Amino acid sequence: MSTQQLQSKQSILEIENLSMAFGGLRAIDGVSMHIDEGEIAALIGPNGAGKTTIFNCITGVYKPTEGTVSIRNKNGQIEHIHGLKPDIINHKGLARTFQNIRLFNNMTVLENVMIGRHNSLKAGIFKAIVRDSSTKEEEQRVIEESYLILKKLKLDMYINETAGNLPYGEQRRLEIARALATDPFLLLLDEPVAGMNAQETKELEETINIIRDQEHITILLIEHDMSLVMNVSERIYVLDYGRLIAEGTPHEIKRNPDVIKAYLGE
Amino acid sequence: MKSRSLLADIGKSFLIAIWFMVLLFPLMVMKVNVSKGVAQVQFRWNMLPLVGIAAFVLSLLWRFALEWNEKRGNDSRAGGPLAKLKALTSQYLGIAVVRKGALFILLAFALAYPFLFGMYHTNVMITAFIYIILALGLNIVVGLGGLLNLGYAAFFGVGAYTYGLLWKYVGHSFIAAGIDPGWLFWISLPLAGIIATLFGILLSLPVLRLRGDYLAIITLAFGEIFRMVMQNSGDITGGATGISLIPRPWLFNIKLTPQKAATYIYFIAIVLVLITIFVVRRIEDSKVGRALEAMREDEIACQAMGINLVRNKLITFALGAFWAGIAGVVMAAQTTYINPDSFTLWESIIILMAVVIGGTGSIPGAIGGAILLKLLPEYFRALAQYRMLIYGIAMILVIIFKPDGLIPRKRKQYTFKEKELAK
Ligand SMILES: Nc1ncnc2c1ncn2[C@@H]1O[C@H](COP(=O)(O)OP(=O)(O)OP(=O)(O)O)[C@@H](O)[C@H]1O
Ligand SMILES: [Mg+2]
Repeated sequence: MSTQQLQSKQSILEIENLSMAFGGLRAIDGVSMHIDEGEIAALIGPNGAGKTTIFNCITGVYKPTEGTVSIRNKNGQIEHIHGLKPDIINHKGLARTFQNIRLFNNMTVLENVMIGRHNSLKAGIFKAIVRDSSTKEEEQRVIEESYLILKKLKLDMYINETAGNLPYGEQRRLEIARALATDPFLLLLDEPVAGMNAQETKELEETINIIRDQEHITILLIEHDMSLVMNVSERIYVLDYGRLIAEGTPHEIKRNPDVIKAYLGE
Repeated sequence: MKSRSLLADIGKSFLIAIWFMVLLFPLMVMKVNVSKGVAQVQFRWNMLPLVGIAAFVLSLLWRFALEWNEKRGNDSRAGGPLAKLKALTSQYLGIAVVRKGALFILLAFALAYPFLFGMYHTNVMITAFIYIILALGLNIVVGLGGLLNLGYAAFFGVGAYTYGLLWKYVGHSFIAAGIDPGWLFWISLPLAGIIATLFGILLSLPVLRLRGDYLAIITLAFGEIFRMVMQNSGDITGGATGISLIPRPWLFNIKLTPQKAATYIYFIAIVLVLITIFVVRRIEDSKVGRALEAMREDEIACQAMGINLVRNKLITFALGAFWAGIAGVVMAAQTTYINPDSFTLWESIIILMAVVIGGTGSIPGAIGGAILLKLLPEYFRALAQYRMLIYGIAMILVIIFKPDGLIPRKRKQYTFKEKELAK
């Protein structure tokens, strides 16, 4: 993909011919997709289609077998990120949540979000021991920022609660809060409403819209809940057996015969 | 319902009793007497019912304890005299004046200790202090970082040998130059910290990708390798005989009697313990400490939050090793004699036990665990030969009934004032 094309589409994430093989299994097979700045896009597909694997390739958990992943960074330059370590990719402005919730269970809710703010803190070990005024201020700043993020996700009444003790829906929201704390420009949500009831799902739909509209963060989400996907996303990619089988607006995807076949079986 | 389960319990205990009677038959009932070169088996049948009854009662008790433990979990820790006592103490300790007063009394007692009790007790207490430093150091690795280190005694050894070797090779030139070799202690203290830290980093490199069992085995091997090297490089380290006559720490060129020297080292140790507590607490409550804990909780999520795991693991091992190095120097100064036997796997395991029994990740826990494990055996000498057995049982009991340790970690609570709420 040439630089020109990237810029003309204003895409901030570009995946080109991505493949990921686990031994003999090609979990992803030549997938190309792009995410435009400021959109809410969805990645759907039957179980085992390879959706989470794509997230893992984007965020550096896996090194793709083939293909490239590139982003338009904060300075407007295109750079490849495939093969980089997850922490480096996070520094570049990509944050994610996990399908099988991965909170820091024995830490408090506030501390979970403070971990997200980790890289906005400068003090090293020696400053931590000496605890000079700049370190104290920094620490206080992070506590307040984290609190505000929790407030935004309506988790502020739980700040001192142990993360592992939260109800399921709250745990999912806390994962989003923690990801937001790393200051991303692109947020990758892996099944954010899995296990939530209708009410919670409705609320999260609002939250997703707020994150995009107010924080101007682009969102790519994986979801099985079709009503959420259709309501919230502007563009949808459909994956089946590791290959892209369709791309389009919710309206188009709903009546795409390939998609219907993939979901209902032959 | 209730009586039926009781009946079932009795039945099970009965079976266990029979099983133990069979199992222990050759040990407890049969006895071989050799007289005039002829072996004769004597059957002590009266032992058999004793074994049976003991096994029966113990297994019943054990089952009741387990049931009680489960019920306690369901009752969400309400009621009970112990819980009330705990609530009461924490309520009183919550009052600043009471807490400060209690700390003051404790400190005053600690300062008066070597003058109130004799040299023997002073030395016992020094050992306890050394183990507090060790437990606090290991607590960083195991409690915060969540990395199992079974070779921790090696870093302790690095510290002790730093002082020992410095004495062995530089000591005579100090004496020749008319300088008190006790100075070497003060040089060794920071030096040992640094060298142990370097060893910590060295060990962390090969184990960066390892966790759990694999990490335990590699660190265990590291500990043993260190001990073997010290033992087998006799020309350099004195081998199995070790290094002796290590000088006492310098104190304005004053020649100290052993009694006074012990008192002096006691105070050095107490200051070092206080410094360790201070530093470890600050690290725990900082960006660095939180990152270590995040790594313990979930490595993948930790990385996804932008934290560099490699650096984190280096920091964990380095910080842990540093304190062991410091403790090693104090130990060498106290005993004035070191050899490789002081740094065996058992040493590592005892320090680990102190951390786990006290409460993994808890600073007061590590302190309490170290005191418990070092002081009790000193004062119950009669039970010395069962020490490992008792430690083992204590460990099992703690893991089942109090998995967070005797003094579990209390997490920092944050409060937000109206001002921030308004924002
Ligand atoms: N680490 C791995 N090793 C081997 N196989 C893997 C690995 N990760 C994923 N797979 C396989 O890759 C395929 C795609 O898995 P993936 O988790 O990406 O599916 P998914 O689309 O997220 O499914 P779901 O909707 O159930 O979450 C599956 O067949 C899975 O078994
Ligand atoms: Mg998945």
